[in-house]
Amino acid sequence: MNQDTWTLGGHTFHSRFILGSGKYDLNLIKASVEQGGAEIITLALRRVNTRPEENILDYIPEGVTLLPNTSGARNAEEAVRLARLAREMGCGDFVKVEIMHDSKYLLPDNYETVKATKILADEGFIVMPYMYPDLNAARDMVAAGAACIMPLASPIGSNKGLATKTFIQILIDEIDLPIIVDAGIGRPSQACEAMEMGAAAIMANTAIATAGDIPAMAGAFRKAIEAGRSAYLSGLGRVLDRGASASDPLTGFLHD
Amino acid sequence: MITVNGESVQNADGMSVAEFLESHGYPKMMLAVEVDGRIVPRAAWGETVLKEGAVVEVVRFVGGG
Repeated sequence: MNQDTWTLGGHTFHSRFILGSGKYDLNLIKASVEQGGAEIITLALRRVNTRPEENILDYIPEGVTLLPNTSGARNAEEAVRLARLAREMGCGDFVKVEIMHDSKYLLPDNYETVKATKILADEGFIVMPYMYPDLNAARDMVAAGAACIMPLASPIGSNKGLATKTFIQILIDEIDLPIIVDAGIGRPSQACEAMEMGAAAIMANTAIATAGDIPAMAGAFRKAIEAGRSAYLSGLGRVLDRGASASDPLTGFLHD
Repeated sequence: MITVNGESVQNADGMSVAEFLESHGYPKMMLAVEVDGRIVPRAAWGETVLKEGAVVEVVRFVGGG
Protein backbone atom coordinates (compact mmCIF):
# COMPACT_ATOMS: atom_id res chain seq x y z
CA MET A 1 0.00 0.00 0.00
CA ASN A 2 1.23 3.42 -0.94
CA GLN A 3 1.88 5.34 2.29
CA ASP A 4 2.88 8.54 0.54
CA THR A 5 -0.34 10.44 1.05
CA TRP A 6 -1.24 14.10 0.88
CA THR A 7 -4.13 16.05 2.30
CA LEU A 8 -6.44 18.69 1.01
CA GLY A 9 -8.91 20.38 3.32
CA GLY A 10 -8.65 17.51 5.79
CA HIS A 11 -9.17 14.81 3.15
CA THR A 12 -6.36 12.36 2.49
CA PHE A 13 -5.43 11.21 -1.00
CA HIS A 14 -2.99 8.63 -2.33
CA SER A 15 -3.17 9.51 -6.00
CA ARG A 16 -1.44 12.67 -7.17
CA PHE A 17 -3.26 12.77 -10.48
CA ILE A 18 -6.36 14.96 -10.76
CA LEU A 19 -8.25 14.09 -13.91
CA GLY A 20 -10.37 16.49 -15.95
CA SER A 21 -13.56 15.19 -17.56
CA GLY A 22 -13.97 17.66 -20.42
CA LYS A 23 -13.74 17.14 -24.15
CA TYR A 24 -13.99 13.36 -24.28
CA ASP A 25 -16.60 10.62 -24.41
CA LEU A 26 -18.37 9.98 -21.11
CA ASN A 27 -17.96 6.28 -21.80
CA LEU A 28 -14.19 6.66 -21.40
CA ILE A 29 -14.30 8.36 -18.00
CA LYS A 30 -14.44 5.19 -15.91
CA ALA A 31 -11.55 3.53 -17.72
CA SER A 32 -9.53 6.75 -17.56
CA VAL A 33 -10.13 7.13 -13.82
CA GLU A 34 -9.15 3.53 -13.28
CA GLN A 35 -6.06 3.50 -15.50
CA GLY A 36 -5.01 6.91 -14.23
CA GLY A 37 -5.60 5.89 -10.63
CA ALA A 38 -7.30 9.26 -10.13
CA GLU A 39 -9.13 9.92 -6.86
CA ILE A 40 -10.32 13.39 -7.84
CA ILE A 41 -12.13 14.37 -11.03
CA THR A 42 -13.11 17.87 -12.12
CA LEU A 43 -16.52 18.87 -13.44
CA ALA A 44 -18.09 22.04 -14.79
CA LEU A 45 -21.53 23.50 -14.15
CA ARG A 46 -23.81 24.49 -17.02
CA ARG A 47 -27.43 25.29 -17.73
CA VAL A 48 -29.67 22.28 -18.26
CA ASN A 49 -31.90 22.10 -21.24
CA THR A 50 -35.00 20.00 -21.14
CA ARG A 51 -33.90 17.41 -23.67
CA PRO A 52 -33.14 14.12 -21.97
CA GLU A 53 -29.41 13.96 -21.59
CA GLU A 54 -26.84 11.73 -20.07
CA ASN A 55 -25.78 12.41 -16.52
CA ILE A 56 -22.01 12.57 -16.23
CA LEU A 57 -22.25 11.48 -12.59
CA ASP A 58 -23.46 8.07 -13.76
CA TYR A 59 -20.11 7.57 -15.47
CA ILE A 60 -17.86 8.43 -12.54
CA PRO A 61 -16.86 5.48 -10.36
CA GLU A 62 -18.06 5.57 -6.76
CA GLY A 63 -15.63 6.92 -4.23
CA VAL A 64 -14.02 9.42 -6.59
CA THR A 65 -14.01 12.94 -5.16
CA LEU A 66 -15.87 15.43 -7.35
CA LEU A 67 -14.17 18.75 -7.86
CA PRO A 68 -16.54 21.29 -9.44
CA ASN A 69 -14.86 24.22 -11.15
CA THR A 70 -16.18 27.73 -11.67
CA SER A 71 -15.44 27.85 -15.38
CA GLY A 72 -17.44 30.50 -17.14
CA ALA A 73 -16.99 32.91 -14.23
CA ARG A 74 -15.60 36.28 -15.31
CA ASN A 75 -15.28 37.77 -11.85
CA ALA A 76 -15.35 36.81 -8.18
CA GLU A 77 -19.09 37.29 -7.85
CA GLU A 78 -19.87 34.86 -10.67
CA ALA A 79 -17.39 32.32 -9.31
CA VAL A 80 -18.98 32.46 -5.87
CA ARG A 81 -22.42 31.97 -7.40
CA LEU A 82 -21.25 28.91 -9.35
CA ALA A 83 -19.50 27.45 -6.32
CA ARG A 84 -22.64 27.76 -4.22
CA LEU A 85 -24.74 26.11 -6.93
CA ALA A 86 -22.21 23.30 -7.20
CA ARG A 87 -22.28 22.70 -3.47
CA GLU A 88 -26.07 22.60 -3.61
CA MET A 89 -25.71 19.48 -5.76
CA GLY A 90 -24.52 17.71 -2.64
CA CYS A 91 -21.12 16.66 -3.87
CA GLY A 92 -19.07 18.12 -1.06
CA ASP A 93 -17.17 21.29 -0.31
CA PHE A 94 -14.39 21.19 -2.88
CA VAL A 95 -14.26 23.88 -5.52
CA LYS A 96 -11.66 24.83 -8.09
CA VAL A 97 -11.90 28.57 -8.53
CA GLU A 98 -11.28 29.50 -12.12
CA ILE A 99 -11.92 33.07 -13.22
CA MET A 100 -11.09 34.40 -16.66
CA HIS A 101 -12.31 37.13 -18.92
CA ASP A 102 -9.71 36.88 -21.64
CA SER A 103 -11.11 34.60 -24.31
CA LYS A 104 -7.94 34.45 -26.39
CA TYR A 105 -5.38 33.22 -23.87
CA LEU A 106 -7.81 32.12 -21.13
CA LEU A 107 -5.49 33.45 -18.47
CA PRO A 108 -6.83 33.43 -14.91
CA ASP A 109 -7.49 36.72 -13.14
CA ASN A 110 -5.46 36.40 -9.94
CA TYR A 111 -7.01 39.47 -8.35
CA GLU A 112 -10.60 38.29 -8.72
CA THR A 113 -9.51 34.78 -7.74
CA VAL A 114 -8.16 36.02 -4.41
CA LYS A 115 -11.47 37.77 -3.74
CA ALA A 116 -13.52 34.66 -4.54
CA THR A 117 -11.16 32.47 -2.50
CA LYS A 118 -11.70 34.64 0.57
CA ILE A 119 -15.50 34.58 0.31
CA LEU A 120 -15.70 30.84 -0.36
CA ALA A 121 -13.15 29.83 2.28
CA ASP A 122 -15.13 31.84 4.82
CA GLU A 123 -18.23 29.85 3.80
CA GLY A 124 -16.45 26.57 4.50
CA PHE A 125 -15.46 25.58 0.99
CA ILE A 126 -12.20 23.76 0.33
CA VAL A 127 -10.92 26.29 -2.16
CA MET A 128 -8.47 25.31 -4.88
CA PRO A 129 -7.56 28.48 -6.77
CA TYR A 130 -6.32 28.18 -10.34
CA MET A 131 -3.87 31.00 -10.95
CA TYR A 132 -1.05 32.49 -12.93
CA PRO A 133 2.08 31.55 -10.94
CA ASP A 134 2.82 34.79 -9.16
CA LEU A 135 4.30 34.54 -5.66
CA ASN A 136 2.65 37.67 -4.31
CA ALA A 137 -0.78 36.63 -5.51
CA ALA A 138 -0.19 33.11 -4.18
CA ARG A 139 0.57 34.56 -0.74
CA ASP A 140 -2.70 36.47 -0.96
CA MET A 141 -4.49 33.19 -1.80
CA VAL A 142 -2.95 31.59 1.29
CA ALA A 143 -4.07 34.50 3.47
CA ALA A 144 -7.54 34.26 1.91
CA GLY A 145 -7.85 30.64 3.04
CA ALA A 146 -6.92 28.58 -0.01
CA ALA A 147 -6.41 24.84 0.54
CA CYS A 148 -3.78 24.60 -2.19
CA ILE A 149 -2.43 26.59 -5.11
CA MET A 150 -3.00 25.56 -8.73
CA PRO A 151 -0.53 27.39 -10.95
CA LEU A 152 -0.73 27.02 -14.71
CA ALA A 153 2.16 25.46 -16.60
CA SER A 154 1.18 27.03 -19.92
CA PRO A 155 -2.06 28.25 -21.52
CA ILE A 156 -5.07 25.98 -20.92
CA GLY A 157 -5.46 23.26 -23.48
CA SER A 158 -2.16 24.07 -25.21
CA ASN A 159 -0.27 20.91 -24.20
CA LYS A 160 2.87 23.07 -24.23
CA GLY A 161 4.26 21.92 -20.92
CA LEU A 162 6.13 23.76 -18.21
CA ALA A 163 6.46 27.21 -19.75
CA THR A 164 6.28 28.77 -16.26
CA LYS A 165 8.68 26.28 -14.67
CA THR A 166 10.85 28.81 -12.84
CA PHE A 167 7.87 30.50 -11.26
CA ILE A 168 6.19 27.27 -10.26
CA GLN A 169 9.42 26.27 -8.53
CA ILE A 170 9.31 29.51 -6.56
CA LEU A 171 5.78 28.68 -5.39
CA ILE A 172 6.84 25.16 -4.41
CA ASP A 173 9.77 26.56 -2.43
CA GLU A 174 7.93 29.40 -0.73
CA ILE A 175 4.28 28.42 -0.27
CA ASP A 176 3.41 26.05 2.54
CA LEU A 177 0.40 24.49 0.78
CA PRO A 178 0.17 21.74 -1.83
CA ILE A 179 1.11 23.09 -5.26
CA ILE A 180 -0.94 21.37 -7.94
CA VAL A 181 0.26 22.09 -11.44
CA ASP A 182 -2.80 22.66 -13.59
CA ALA A 183 -3.22 23.55 -17.26
CA GLY A 184 -0.84 23.14 -20.12
CA ILE A 185 0.78 19.87 -19.11
CA GLY A 186 0.76 17.97 -22.39
CA ARG A 187 2.87 14.88 -21.88
CA PRO A 188 3.67 12.40 -19.13
CA SER A 189 7.31 13.56 -19.17
CA GLN A 190 6.18 17.09 -18.30
CA ALA A 191 4.01 15.80 -15.47
CA CYS A 192 7.00 13.80 -14.24
CA GLU A 193 9.23 16.86 -14.34
CA ALA A 194 6.75 18.93 -12.33
CA MET A 195 6.59 16.16 -9.74
CA GLU A 196 10.39 15.96 -9.59
CA MET A 197 10.31 19.67 -8.77
CA GLY A 198 8.18 18.96 -5.71
CA ALA A 199 4.66 19.58 -6.95
CA ALA A 200 2.06 17.83 -4.78
CA ALA A 201 -0.09 16.74 -7.70
CA ILE A 202 -0.84 17.24 -11.38
CA MET A 203 -4.16 18.15 -12.93
CA ALA A 204 -4.61 17.26 -16.60
CA ASN A 205 -7.51 17.19 -19.02
CA THR A 206 -6.59 18.13 -22.58
CA ALA A 207 -3.45 16.00 -22.62
CA ILE A 208 -5.66 13.00 -21.95
CA ALA A 209 -8.68 14.10 -23.99
CA THR A 210 -6.65 14.72 -27.15
CA ALA A 211 -4.59 11.53 -26.92
CA GLY A 212 -5.02 8.65 -29.33
CA ASP A 213 -5.95 6.15 -26.63
CA ILE A 214 -7.46 8.16 -23.78
CA PRO A 215 -7.49 5.61 -20.92
CA ALA A 216 -4.00 4.42 -21.88
CA MET A 217 -2.71 7.98 -21.74
CA ALA A 218 -4.27 8.37 -18.30
CA GLY A 219 -2.28 5.29 -17.33
CA ALA A 220 0.89 6.80 -18.76
CA PHE A 221 0.33 9.93 -16.69
CA ARG A 222 -0.15 7.86 -13.55
CA LYS A 223 3.22 6.16 -14.06
CA ALA A 224 4.98 9.43 -14.87
CA ILE A 225 3.51 11.18 -11.83
CA GLU A 226 4.51 8.28 -9.58
CA ALA A 227 8.01 8.26 -11.07
CA GLY A 228 8.42 11.98 -10.59
CA ARG A 229 7.18 11.77 -7.03
CA SER A 230 9.61 8.92 -6.22
CA ALA A 231 12.44 10.91 -7.77
CA TYR A 232 11.55 13.95 -5.67
CA LEU A 233 11.42 11.89 -2.49
CA SER A 234 14.70 10.19 -3.38
CA GLY A 235 16.51 13.48 -3.87
CA LEU A 236 17.73 14.12 -7.38
CA GLY A 237 21.41 13.65 -8.15
CA ARG A 238 23.50 16.77 -8.54
CA VAL A 239 24.33 18.44 -11.83
CA LEU A 240 27.95 19.31 -12.60
CA ASP A 241 28.67 22.87 -13.63
CA ARG A 242 31.39 21.69 -15.98
CA GLY A 243 33.56 18.68 -16.72
CA ALA A 244 32.63 15.05 -16.14
CA SER A 245 32.69 12.48 -13.36
CA ALA A 246 33.40 8.84 -14.16
CA SER A 247 30.94 6.27 -12.92
CA ASP A 248 33.55 3.52 -13.10
CA PRO A 249 36.60 2.89 -10.87
CA LEU A 250 39.61 4.95 -11.91
CA THR A 251 42.10 2.19 -11.02
CA GLY A 252 42.93 -1.29 -12.33
CA PHE A 253 42.91 -0.40 -16.02
CA LEU A 254 44.35 -3.06 -18.38
CA HIS A 255 47.02 -0.61 -19.52
CA ASP A 256 48.29 0.10 -15.98
CA MET B 1 -44.23 34.61 -17.87
CA ILE B 2 -40.96 33.59 -16.23
CA THR B 3 -37.41 33.35 -17.57
CA VAL B 4 -35.62 30.01 -17.34
CA ASN B 5 -31.99 29.69 -18.36
CA GLY B 6 -32.29 32.90 -20.35
CA GLU B 7 -35.45 31.92 -22.26
CA SER B 8 -39.04 33.06 -21.75
CA VAL B 9 -41.43 30.40 -20.52
CA GLN B 10 -45.22 30.92 -20.60
CA ASN B 11 -47.78 29.60 -18.13
CA ALA B 12 -45.27 28.54 -15.51
CA ASP B 13 -45.83 31.26 -12.94
CA GLY B 14 -47.79 29.94 -10.01
CA MET B 15 -46.13 26.53 -10.22
CA SER B 16 -43.76 25.32 -7.57
CA VAL B 17 -40.18 24.64 -8.60
CA ALA B 18 -40.89 20.90 -8.31
CA GLU B 19 -43.99 21.15 -10.51
CA PHE B 20 -42.17 23.23 -13.09
CA LEU B 21 -39.25 20.80 -13.38
CA GLU B 22 -41.60 17.84 -13.62
CA SER B 23 -44.00 19.37 -16.14
CA HIS B 24 -41.24 20.68 -18.39
CA GLY B 25 -39.43 17.40 -18.65
CA TYR B 26 -36.21 18.26 -16.92
CA PRO B 27 -34.15 15.12 -16.58
CA LYS B 28 -34.26 13.68 -13.09
CA MET B 29 -30.59 14.04 -12.37
CA MET B 30 -28.61 16.04 -9.96
CA LEU B 31 -29.78 19.60 -10.51
CA ALA B 32 -29.36 22.86 -8.70
CA VAL B 33 -31.93 25.62 -8.98
CA GLU B 34 -31.63 29.32 -8.44
CA VAL B 35 -34.63 31.68 -8.42
CA ASP B 36 -34.03 35.42 -8.61
CA GLY B 37 -30.41 34.95 -7.69
CA ARG B 38 -31.04 32.75 -4.67
CA ILE B 39 -30.42 29.04 -4.47
CA VAL B 40 -33.52 26.99 -3.75
CA PRO B 41 -32.48 23.87 -1.81
CA ARG B 42 -33.93 20.64 -3.14
CA ALA B 43 -35.97 20.24 0.04
CA ALA B 44 -37.74 23.53 -0.73
CA TRP B 45 -38.61 22.79 -4.37
CA GLY B 46 -42.14 21.74 -3.44
CA GLU B 47 -42.99 24.85 -1.49
CA THR B 48 -41.21 27.49 -3.57
CA VAL B 49 -43.68 29.06 -5.97
CA LEU B 50 -42.49 30.76 -9.15
CA LYS B 51 -43.92 34.25 -9.34
CA GLU B 52 -44.63 36.22 -12.49
CA GLY B 53 -41.33 37.58 -13.81
CA ALA B 54 -39.18 35.11 -11.88
CA VAL B 55 -35.70 34.52 -13.24
CA VAL B 56 -34.77 30.87 -12.88
CA GLU B 57 -31.51 29.05 -13.48
CA VAL B 58 -31.38 25.27 -13.64
CA VAL B 59 -27.87 23.83 -13.77
CA ARG B 60 -26.17 20.47 -13.75
CA PHE B 61 -22.69 19.02 -13.95
CA VAL B 62 -21.00 18.47 -17.31
CA GLY B 63 -17.51 17.41 -18.28
CA GLY B 64 -14.88 20.01 -17.60
CA GLY B 65 -11.35 20.68 -16.47
